Amino acid sequence: MKKSVFFGALTAAALAAGVAGAATLDDVKSRGELICGVNTGLVGFAAPDANGNWSGFDVAVCQAVAAAVLGDPSKVKYVPTTGQTRFTALGSGEVDLLARNTTWTYSRDTDLKLQFTATNYYDGQGFMVRKDSGVTSAKELDGASICIQTGTTTELNLADYFKANNMSYQPITVDSNAEGEQQFLAGACDAYTTDASGLAATRAAFANPQDYVILPEIISKEPLAPAVRQGDDQWTDIVRWTIFGLIAAEEYGVTSANIDELAKGTENPEVNRMLGTEGDLGAMLGLDKQWLVRAIKANGNYGEIFAATIGEQTPIGLARGLNAQWTQGGLLYAPPFR
Amino acid sequence: MTTAHDAPEHSGFRLSQLIYDTRYRSLTIQVVVFFLVMAFVGWLVDNTIQNLNALGKDFNFGFLWQRAGYDIGNALIPYNNDMTHGRAMLVGLVNTLWISFLGCVAATILGVVVGVLRLSKNWLVARMMTIYVEVFRNIPLLLWILVAIALLTEVAPSPNAYKINPETGEAKLSMVFESIAFTNRYTAIPSIHFDRSLGVIDTAFMPISLNVLAIAVVLGLCFWINKRLLAHAGRVQEATGKRPTTWWKSALILVVPTLALLIALGFNPDEPVLKGFNFTGGTNVSNSFVALWAGLSLYTAAFIAEIVRAGILAISKGQTEAAYALGLRPNRTMNLVILPQALRVIIPPLISQYLNLTKNSSLAIAVGYLELRGTLGGITLNQTGRELEAITLMMLLYLAISLTISGVMNVYNNRVKLKER
Amino acid sequence: MSDTHAESVAYVRDTMLKPQPAPAGESGAIRWLRENLFSGWLNTLLTVLGVLTIYFFVSHFASWFLHGVWKADSLAECRKIITAEYGQGATGACWAVIRDRWHQFIFGFYQRELYWRPVLTFLLLFVAVGPVLFQWVPKKLIWFTPIYPFLAVWLLWGGSVWGPILVAVGFVLAWIVFSLVGRYGSIAGFSAGAIVAILFWMFGVSPLAGILHAAIPLGIEPVESAKFGGFLLAITLGAGGIVMSLPLGVVLALGRQSDMFLIKTFSVVFIEFIRGVPLITLLFVASLLLNYFLPPGTNFDIILRVMILVTMFSAAYIAEVVRGGLAALPRGQYEAADALGLDYWKAQRLIILPQALKISIPGIVSTFIGMFKDTTLVAFVGLFDPLKGIPDFIRADFAWKGIYWEPFVFVGAIFFILNFAMSRYSMHLENRLQRDHR
Repeated sequence: MKKSVFFGALTAAALAAGVAGAATLDDVKSRGELICGVNTGLVGFAAPDANGNWSGFDVAVCQAVAAAVLGDPSKVKYVPTTGQTRFTALGSGEVDLLARNTTWTYSRDTDLKLQFTATNYYDGQGFMVRKDSGVTSAKELDGASICIQTGTTTELNLADYFKANNMSYQPITVDSNAEGEQQFLAGACDAYTTDASGLAATRAAFANPQDYVILPEIISKEPLAPAVRQGDDQWTDIVRWTIFGLIAAEEYGVTSANIDELAKGTENPEVNRMLGTEGDLGAMLGLDKQWLVRAIKANGNYGEIFAATIGEQTPIGLARGLNAQWTQGGLLYAPPFR
Repeated sequence: MTTAHDAPEHSGFRLSQLIYDTRYRSLTIQVVVFFLVMAFVGWLVDNTIQNLNALGKDFNFGFLWQRAGYDIGNALIPYNNDMTHGRAMLVGLVNTLWISFLGCVAATILGVVVGVLRLSKNWLVARMMTIYVEVFRNIPLLLWILVAIALLTEVAPSPNAYKINPETGEAKLSMVFESIAFTNRYTAIPSIHFDRSLGVIDTAFMPISLNVLAIAVVLGLCFWINKRLLAHAGRVQEATGKRPTTWWKSALILVVPTLALLIALGFNPDEPVLKGFNFTGGTNVSNSFVALWAGLSLYTAAFIAEIVRAGILAISKGQTEAAYALGLRPNRTMNLVILPQALRVIIPPLISQYLNLTKNSSLAIAVGYLELRGTLGGITLNQTGRELEAITLMMLLYLAISLTISGVMNVYNNRVKLKER
Repeated sequence: MSDTHAESVAYVRDTMLKPQPAPAGESGAIRWLRENLFSGWLNTLLTVLGVLTIYFFVSHFASWFLHGVWKADSLAECRKIITAEYGQGATGACWAVIRDRWHQFIFGFYQRELYWRPVLTFLLLFVAVGPVLFQWVPKKLIWFTPIYPFLAVWLLWGGSVWGPILVAVGFVLAWIVFSLVGRYGSIAGFSAGAIVAILFWMFGVSPLAGILHAAIPLGIEPVESAKFGGFLLAITLGAGGIVMSLPLGVVLALGRQSDMFLIKTFSVVFIEFIRGVPLITLLFVASLLLNYFLPPGTNFDIILRVMILVTMFSAAYIAEVVRGGLAALPRGQYEAADALGLDYWKAQRLIILPQALKISIPGIVSTFIGMFKDTTLVAFVGLFDPLKGIPDFIRADFAWKGIYWEPFVFVGAIFFILNFAMSRYSMHLENRLQRDHR
């Protein structure tokens, strides 16, 4: 008679399953919940607090999309994924959206059948060393032991960089950022390499951050972009334009504070189009007119999200750098809402 | 009296016999089960094909011949990032076999010692061994591996501690025997170096050092001659009742030729030297390897200790007493009477412990030691996105390893099994 | 003669000497020490080594344990307190992290106000296994055992009460059909029962549950599997895996013992395949591949997928344990069943399996211990197990960054207590069974 649980579980599963068809938007709407694949814990980007509530830069993207689609930024279920499991989780339909600081690369876009939406953070791989090691440039790392997270683009970049510079190194592979930190702090490796933002976040959390330096060399381009499954253009567009909307909102000075004011109508026709007072851009995405208003209200515009999660006022203390608006000399450039 | 009318009236075959006749029923059941299983497998395959089509993927192992592009820190066979994923898989496979082999050896030695000590009359030691066995058996292996790596990285010094300070001319720490250095990233040990090397045969799989081959051949010959010598001594003992002294001859046969060969080859250890960040010259055994090895050995040894203890306890006390009555000394009693019998009880569960250890070596994931799961089932899977192919291949390889081990050990088990005639 | 004898002796003691205490070296603590610790040079050496080892551990770890801090909000604060109290360079454990986060180690992210549900489920587990495992529990309680799995699923996951009830109804239906059709042969009855039950589960349960729930909305707050973590997850996976794998394991064991070539082959292939690969590869199958094998679009959460693979894994091991039990039964039992004219299924059901399963209980308990320890591996597919998942998650918090040893000690201690108790109990059971068989 004990077979019961098995079938019980299966039936429960079947009840809970729902069918992930081609139209992700319909699934999300009927489920009433957005399932978002996030990092298992990277402070600033996606990490749960003591009560299991998630927050961070990537999480804010999930919340903005949920707000746009479902009208409620809290209707998100976070599925922590490891570097290993993230792409399959997306491919198999386990998550609707993968916002897990994932680098947009050629092979992932084509061969892994992912669809990257829009870059929300321009990153690059860097190195962190102890100050007392006296190393000031990555070129001096010949023969060093380097801690590196497995399952990421960083290990390929590292191999390429050392090969190009005719240097040797000993890779010390670690499974997670937490383990990498432990090994690096204990001195098991001379340098820790990962995305520069990750390095800054990691360094900020050390007991004595001033004892560690991040080397000036950035050895790769790492455009981090939320990804969705290939073959669902409508859903791709929703996520892509939500991100562009957040970026454009900063450009036009739309913030969570003044959005209610601006949503009544402004002088700027583009802002009017974005906020639904002019035309009906939302309908083209299969959403209502107010979609972007809700998305911006969730956590503010791009600049506000950046400042609240990883900006200079936070312990992570990242400067905008490449991630400033194009008008400020950065790379953020949202296509026109027209 | 009734006459028996047992013979069936219809000698022909009726369909109902398929169900009611026990001669045919088993056939029916088997056919039905066969079709059900095949239908189930077919359903799975069909689903897989549909899902693969939906994702626009195919099922092929072509990725094994593509450039891997990543580095492996502890490759036992030559490897660099220009080689293929297939090569990386082989590196992983060799690493799995190597850690399993070393783990089995260490676990067996430790397990036998602990098992025997648990039976020791020494109160303190017996208690300590009981605590060891219980603590290790009841806590997950993963914790021991994590503790081992944490201990190694937190407690051992960094290689810098061995650096000679130019002002004082002294280092903070000096190397053990001037040749071994424990650091928080690896243990630097001397490697073997031959001044007059015989050279290397470069096979596609791995280079075979002629030196090692020569030493192995000479050692093998020495052992063979020694065996002949002992057999001869045995015959003399049978015939005359006196055993000729052999120990010095044995020692001579075993040691001299090998030593001579080593001198001829110009054998000397290549000692590690601190250069820049790290030690070079010797061999650096990475901490992830040491931690995994320590965790696997300590954990499995606790189980082996129990097996050994049970095996020894299974031999009745009468056997010991009989041996004493024959005038055998305690250690000869152990060697000639107790152990050979206990071995028969010990070996079958020991095999399954070896299998467990081999399978548990996949926990290398926790320390980042790149074995089969780390290369094929880890980085390769991730970089190529071929999860179906990679995992299938990985499972088949593990299965092959397991079946080989149990096959070999079963052959051995059959050889030492009590032969009842 | 007596006289002469008396005279030949110069002195006869006429009072008994008082028994002397044994020499100092042959009594009390000294004798015990000599016999047990210093009875030879080897023993002495071992004792000295043992004492040195203990000294090493105590000297290194005692102060760490003794300097423990229980009240602090972060690791930095802990360190400050330790430095303030015990001076610069002193080390100490920061148990405050356990105090702060114990609920996550135990329950994961289960809602705090619902903690009574897993606790109740855990306590009821003992009521359910009591009649099987403990002699002093009244045997009548056995009626609770088959109900328990449904109750546990309902309590843990919550939701409408009708789902689990209807699934249970499926079994009742199967039983009714079996007893009706069973008179035409066990196999016919069994297949008919199975087919009816499966059809009912596939097509009857979810609409009926919907209707019933609409009519009588009986239910408790649902909890999604993603909230499961810590020991709650480990125990659910371990216990669930073992319970669900029992029937499959028994079938596989019988299949392996079968005379029918194909059935035997299938069973052997399944068992050896599962036993030949590491659990972690099966977990990767659960997380990466299972969705490929199911019809396109099917998708259920990772905990259930892991559960399915864990069930398959433990079924192979249970099958081997049960096979041991079957092999241990005296041949006479089989022959007696044959002599009574019982067919195969009746013989198995009434004579062989009850005895074989009883002998197998200690083996099943140790399989469970192994399973329970192995559930820690689910951390590698992104679940929050108590050993790696939860501590890694806690370390992601700024306050507790860099805390390693305290979670290890805490989680290790709980694992040790649970497993040690179970292994002792299984040993006791083994002894009792051996006695029973004499």
